Amino acid sequence: MIKLYDYELSGNCYKLRLFMSMLGLEYESVPIDFYPGREHKSDWFLRINPLGQLPVIEDEGLVLRDAQAILVYLAARYDTSRQWYPVDDPRRLGEVSQWLSFADGITATASAARLHDGLFYDRDIEACRTGAHRLFRILDDHLWFGEQEGCDWIVAGDRPTIADIACFPYVILSEEGGISRQDYPAIRRWCDRVKRLPGFIVMSGVFPAGPAKAA
Amino acid sequence: MSNATHCSDRVALDLWHPVAVIEEAAPGLVHATRLLQEQLHYALFADGTAAVWRAEPALRIGDPVEPGMLPPALPVKLAYGYVWTSLGNPPAELFAIPEWEEADRRRLHAATMGVKVSAPRAIENFLDMGHFPYVHTDILGAEPHTEVKEYDVDISVERDEILATRCRFFQPMASTASSGGADVDYIYRVPHPFCSVLYKSSPVDENRLDVIAIFVQPIDEENVRAHMMLCVLDEDNEDKIIKRFQQTIFGQDKPILENQYPKRLPLDPRAETPIRADKSSIAYRRWLRDKGLTYGVIPAAA
Repeated sequence: MIKLYDYELSGNCYKLRLFMSMLGLEYESVPIDFYPGREHKSDWFLRINPLGQLPVIEDEGLVLRDAQAILVYLAARYDTSRQWYPVDDPRRLGEVSQWLSFADGITATASAARLHDGLFYDRDIEACRTGAHRLFRILDDHLWFGEQEGCDWIVAGDRPTIADIACFPYVILSEEGGISRQDYPAIRRWCDRVKRLPGFIVMSGVFPAGPAKAA
Repeated sequence: MSNATHCSDRVALDLWHPVAVIEEAAPGLVHATRLLQEQLHYALFADGTAAVWRAEPALRIGDPVEPGMLPPALPVKLAYGYVWTSLGNPPAELFAIPEWEEADRRRLHAATMGVKVSAPRAIENFLDMGHFPYVHTDILGAEPHTEVKEYDVDISVERDEILATRCRFFQPMASTASSGGADVDYIYRVPHPFCSVLYKSSPVDENRLDVIAIFVQPIDEENVRAHMMLCVLDEDNEDKIIKRFQQTIFGQDKPILENQYPKRLPLDPRAETPIRADKSSIAYRRWLRDKGLTYGVIPAAA
């Protein structure tokens, strides 16, 4: 069975729990005392991931770190629909990779702000927030133009991709870092669409979608 | 920062406040925190003592220090795993938690978390059972078991604390030691304006209660550090599993707390409309009003 080195309050761990739920995959969660215990910096964990970061998975002898890389692996290995990671469509595949990188940028800004405010990490909080707003503006514009074309997801197409899963957690948790989503209506609508996907699950700090509004 | 931005509330200044986790601070070095808008430095020493002082330029964060070379120190107490201090004239004793001394209990610091809320709002939420099924779904509550049954609240004049008893709630998973849903008995104590101690049925011993405390450190009137202490009966689970349970619960409360409006707790009885389930909240607000606390609250109109 897939083993996930996991911390409940980590958005990057959550994106894997979320995606595995959507794929209907069973996995074993190995809890890591990320805070306050800093177990991800312990000797035994550094032998698993020398970067000292969560998440990491183990599957069939493969040890893989980096949330975005793990999403790619899980989709390519287990998604029989071949929609989440569209390997047969080079253009969309390139776009997915582009937005996976963008998700790393969200982690470096919005997630860093959340770690600063909630867990007292030493960060330049104003730089984190400014950086997150810059990315949210780009994402909001992109989603808004997509909506005009009838597209619900980050990468154009009928179905969501792992780009949506990669970007969602630290967008939905942004207020814990003092980053309001009030000025990003297209992002808010997209968050609600993600929450209505089959297999959606929550983490601490994320609430399920309310009942759908009558048309 | 000028003095005008400092806390001038005598009640808040004279309290003991938790400012640091004993096990997290490397001994012999200067560490920093904030309390009531003031920058404080502190150090723990190899002999088990601690010192807290108002930050001054001569000693910087990370500098090595010894007990003999410190600036004028603030009052200090070490209790329940934390360093406590005061910016005023604190009482001789901190409130008692006798269960802390019981040898077979697990004593754990679950986490300290920063929350954008006033200290009284954080305590009031801790006292509220009505949100369990909606915020802690399938852990501390579940629909359709949403009713908060009648319970008793007393303000003890002698001990100067609030006591809510006979609280009972159906919980699908009351703790890491639970094997399924159960009606769980709760007792809440509020022995300090910014601290609360919860006692709940132990799944492993029907005659004893687990203790979960929240000690809130006010950074300013609308930001806190919440320290979570556990003193529980559980022989099976690793520390990190017990901590994860408490962090999961608190992580669910966090967005609720941070979206409270106004962030300061209104003490005017007409400010918010309580229901019967809010009895402990009504008593808490009245108790704060009677103390004359003004920090982190919106005082009642005279």
